[in-house]
Amino acid sequence: MADKLLEFLQQLVNGLSQGSIYALIALGYTMVFGVLRFINFAHGDVYMLGAFVGFYLGPKVSQMFGRGLTSATMPMGDLLNPGAIAIILLAMLICAVIGIVIERLCYRPLRERPKLTVLITAIGVSLFLENGGQYLFGVDPKSFPDVITDRALEIPESWGKISGLTITLSQVLIFFVTLLLLLVLRHIVVKTKIGMAMRALSFNPVAAQLMGINIDVVISFTFGLGSALAGAAGILTSIQQPSIDPLMGINAGLKAFVAAVLGCIGNLQGAALGGLLIGVVEALVVGYGNPTYRDPIVFGVLILILLVKPTGLLGASEREKV
Amino acid sequence: MAERSKIALIVSLILCGLISFALGHIHVTDEGGHITTLAEKYSYYYDILVTIGINIILAVGLNLVNGYTGQFSLGHAGFMAAGAYASSWLTLSFGYALGSSAFSTTFVFVVALLVGGVAAAGSGLLVGVPSLRLKGDYLAIVTLGFNEIIKGVIQNAEPLGAQRGLGGMVQHTNFFWTFAFAAVTIYVVISLVNSTYGRGFLAVRDDEIAAEAMGINTTKYKVLAFVLGAFFAGIAGGIYAHFKQFIHPEGFNFMKSVDVVVMVILGGMGSTAGVCLAAAILTILPELLRYVSHIEGLPEWLRHIAENRMILYSLLLIVLMLTRPQGLFGAVNLKRKKA
Repeated sequence: MADKLLEFLQQLVNGLSQGSIYALIALGYTMVFGVLRFINFAHGDVYMLGAFVGFYLGPKVSQMFGRGLTSATMPMGDLLNPGAIAIILLAMLICAVIGIVIERLCYRPLRERPKLTVLITAIGVSLFLENGGQYLFGVDPKSFPDVITDRALEIPESWGKISGLTITLSQVLIFFVTLLLLLVLRHIVVKTKIGMAMRALSFNPVAAQLMGINIDVVISFTFGLGSALAGAAGILTSIQQPSIDPLMGINAGLKAFVAAVLGCIGNLQGAALGGLLIGVVEALVVGYGNPTYRDPIVFGVLILILLVKPTGLLGASEREKV
Repeated sequence: MAERSKIALIVSLILCGLISFALGHIHVTDEGGHITTLAEKYSYYYDILVTIGINIILAVGLNLVNGYTGQFSLGHAGFMAAGAYASSWLTLSFGYALGSSAFSTTFVFVVALLVGGVAAAGSGLLVGVPSLRLKGDYLAIVTLGFNEIIKGVIQNAEPLGAQRGLGGMVQHTNFFWTFAFAAVTIYVVISLVNSTYGRGFLAVRDDEIAAEAMGINTTKYKVLAFVLGAFFAGIAGGIYAHFKQFIHPEGFNFMKSVDVVVMVILGGMGSTAGVCLAAAILTILPELLRYVSHIEGLPEWLRHIAENRMILYSLLLIVLMLTRPQGLFGAVNLKRKKA
């Protein structure tokens, strides 16, 4: 019985760490949807670009900043790795710039057009990033540089049965970096002026403009913020699964989108909750069922939620305005 | 109008038969001095020709959903897979049930195609039902999800070859069947769009709320569009399976769906002629680019571009949306936002 519980906990841990990645990407979808009411299909590919920023710049940055304390001096010393932190920040910055440029070039000229046009453009941008990535980076998967040496953490025997769990350093790192980023994001959205502008825009774009909000700036900022989170997710996932390829963004992006819809699209807490849930569902399907059913079940969850409660788990029902 | 299109259909069917007969029965000598048919001697071009026909069926069917009804389906490859697998399973299991003469096997093939179409239509109905509640982006994602689900089910279905793919079908597909079905597809879609039903489709696209207020059963039209589009995709899948003689779940992925969507968008949503032309252009273009990439003496960058057709496609899509969202030949004005 205890073994079964342990196994379940193990799947839960795996699921939560993968779910954190989905949550980070889902936040980008949800924020862009909040201000522009459209799905940025290219968002998953920005996540891929984040991973490749780490691939090309990681070793240099790691050299510059050092690899942090070794585990000999401090038990969790390698968690405080300045090199890794610098890489994540760099990837976030570069991805933010990419996100802003994409919005400026491809989405802004289309803002007054029907949503379908923008959606098709977004698919075009996504295909461009994927195929351009395949051209620039090569088609075959690359192994991510060893910026953090992943290892299993030792859980003290005194904690009882739980010491049988395998928790890796990267899992802890992913979970806590995600948590930190979520708190920062929440602070930005709730406490700052630009965050207030974002909320105003998502509430009523016309009124927001009348109140003197420069919506171009706010939309750019939103794209930058969402893309930065995707970039961080790209680095974090590569620490855990050290193989990256130009098409890695497709699947992760779709799952994250499902997560955003599951939680309630346009709602930050919803995206985080949805991401974690999707991660756990996936881990449970892989752990207890057939791994080939993983993707169909995730999409099945999406269809189910859209049928039963289209506004998502945290959403209030909304009346359509004519 | 109805009379004219009926005559056009009959004429094109006869033409298909004649061309197909010529391709299969005019004997020529190939380079090696052997006597073969035209189709075999020019098998490369024949291959492209049949692929054009298959793509026309796919794109014209999708145009009914994306172009005329204004819904956005990203799961056409899933329906194609349903049709391809259903018809292949039938011909593999019952191919010789009525004897082994050419007539009876062809009969089974055509029945299998229709059954494949019905199977795809059934899955189209499954997608259509949730689509009643969803719009635009959500619908796109749901159809994409269905595509993945269909793929996932096939990947786990042992009788359908699971992840190994399914092979061993007899090559029943020829010029006649491909283009005959293409002609029928075009005929059905054009007739439908010019009928009362067509007004319903267009009304749903142009303003769903107003259409509903006018007493149009928008749900019915949306589902009908989905089911018909899926039916034709299923037929195209069956034709494809009996042409390539091998099908694999990965061949019906998201990318394949996007290929068809690009045809519809390039041709112009809501323009059947434009979509047919776009299907032909986008089938020939990769082959042309492949040819270009092997020409000696061309600048290196030009050959690079030619080798990466998907980069070109995606740029084409973006530029098209920015400058001419109604497509190359489209009649629908997508430029202005609806009030």
